Amino acid sequence: MKWVPLGLVRYTVCLGGLSVFFFLLCILTGPFLMLYYVPDVNRAHADVMDIMQVVPFGSFVRNVHRWAACLMIVCVPAHMTRVFLQAAYKPPRQLNWLVGITLLILTYLMCFTGYMLPWDQEAYWGATIGATMAENSPFLGAKGPFSVLPPDKDIHYIMLGGTVLDQPTLSRFFFAHCIAIPGALAGLMGFHFFNIHRAGGMSGPL
Amino acid sequence: MTEKIVEEGPVTTGDKEKLRLLTVVRGETLRNRDIYERPPGYELFFPNFVMKELCVGLAFLIIIFVWAYFKDSPLYELSNPAETPSHIKAAWYFVGLQELLAYFDPYLAGAIIPSMILAGLYLIPFIDPDPVKGIGRFAFKERKFAIGCFLGGVAMWYGLLLVGWFFRGPYWSFYWPWEDQSVVKATEVALWSFPLSAGIAFLVCYGTLVLILPAVIFQNFFFRLGLIRYLITFNLFAVMCFVPIKIFLRSAFSVKYILVTPWFNI
Repeated sequence: MKWVPLGLVRYTVCLGGLSVFFFLLCILTGPFLMLYYVPDVNRAHADVMDIMQVVPFGSFVRNVHRWAACLMIVCVPAHMTRVFLQAAYKPPRQLNWLVGITLLILTYLMCFTGYMLPWDQEAYWGATIGATMAENSPFLGAKGPFSVLPPDKDIHYIMLGGTVLDQPTLSRFFFAHCIAIPGALAGLMGFHFFNIHRAGGMSGPL
Repeated sequence: MTEKIVEEGPVTTGDKEKLRLLTVVRGETLRNRDIYERPPGYELFFPNFVMKELCVGLAFLIIIFVWAYFKDSPLYELSNPAETPSHIKAAWYFVGLQELLAYFDPYLAGAIIPSMILAGLYLIPFIDPDPVKGIGRFAFKERKFAIGCFLGGVAMWYGLLLVGWFFRGPYWSFYWPWEDQSVVKATEVALWSFPLSAGIAFLVCYGTLVLILPAVIFQNFFFRLGLIRYLITFNLFAVMCFVPIKIFLRSAFSVKYILVTPWFNI
């Protein structure tokens, strides 16, 4: 028997629960998009066009995937704000706060990598901005202050798989978006819930 | 409130048994009755609580389905490395960082400031000196400094995002809502930087002000935090407050850099 306080579902409308819900929606729609999408720079854009125009229900599935992701990235920071305002990071929940921040970062990375996959102008130049930032980071980037790494070994090179955005970039963004980050997210989410249970339940309204 | 309705006549369920319905009592269903001892003010996690969450999820599922049916997610023309569009915007949730690029060098806007934000978030449980105050409720009055800093940071993040999304046109020029974004603005503003000595003086004064003044004025707070936690907290605080200061200096006085060195500029 697991008892929880009454009235947890309130106008701070279970933001954490909703984040999980949107994540599940993305997990459910993602594989269907993967059936028709090939991460090849010569095909990717045309494949997404096909999904939008030719594949039955393709545009609907992609829209759900996209809008659910948008709502998730609204809910996750809002959930964090609620947790902070109710001091739910205080003992015994410190560890869960750390896991939560990691989940926040992973959610942003998930969106960043997914944004790149259609390989359209917006994606390409949006990713270029991200790549420029990586290139300019201190110590780790080749063009940043106090750079110690050459251009073919710095963080920008690791991120793009080369010095410019090309096929290796798309391949590793695809891998990150479909396997690495969702796997990490799902695992850490499980740990996040286990920690709630271990800390003796939630501190207040969801 | 119980209410008795008396039914007349026998109710037959077959040949062998004869039952008579004596009364119907209005009350709670078996599941909600206290077959298990229930702590007052609590409900079962499963199924009561989970069911409520699913209902909220279902409501949002309907919203998403309607939204997805009527509004297509954007897809632009095929990427072209040779042609930089005049109107590049990152995904909306990163536009805040892109907006920072208008005021700071990429190493600050893209690496240092985001790292400081994340470091600050990770450190929150360890720099908050009070282990119990306000758990599980909105205690704004008791946690003025903590909540003020946090909400200030959140407001800044979303403020930058809104400015970047709604007020930036071609080539990241600033447009008021009533200005036409299809007209490209000439944005040749002469920027100037502080001389080295003035830059150092400015930063030293700022650091002194933010790092030492609070310790002098709020001594109780300082002793409660301890030196290390105090320094971490106020270094993060200094970085956070530096962002709007630089934005103000850039917008109002066209200051490019406060500190210019051969290795990095601030």
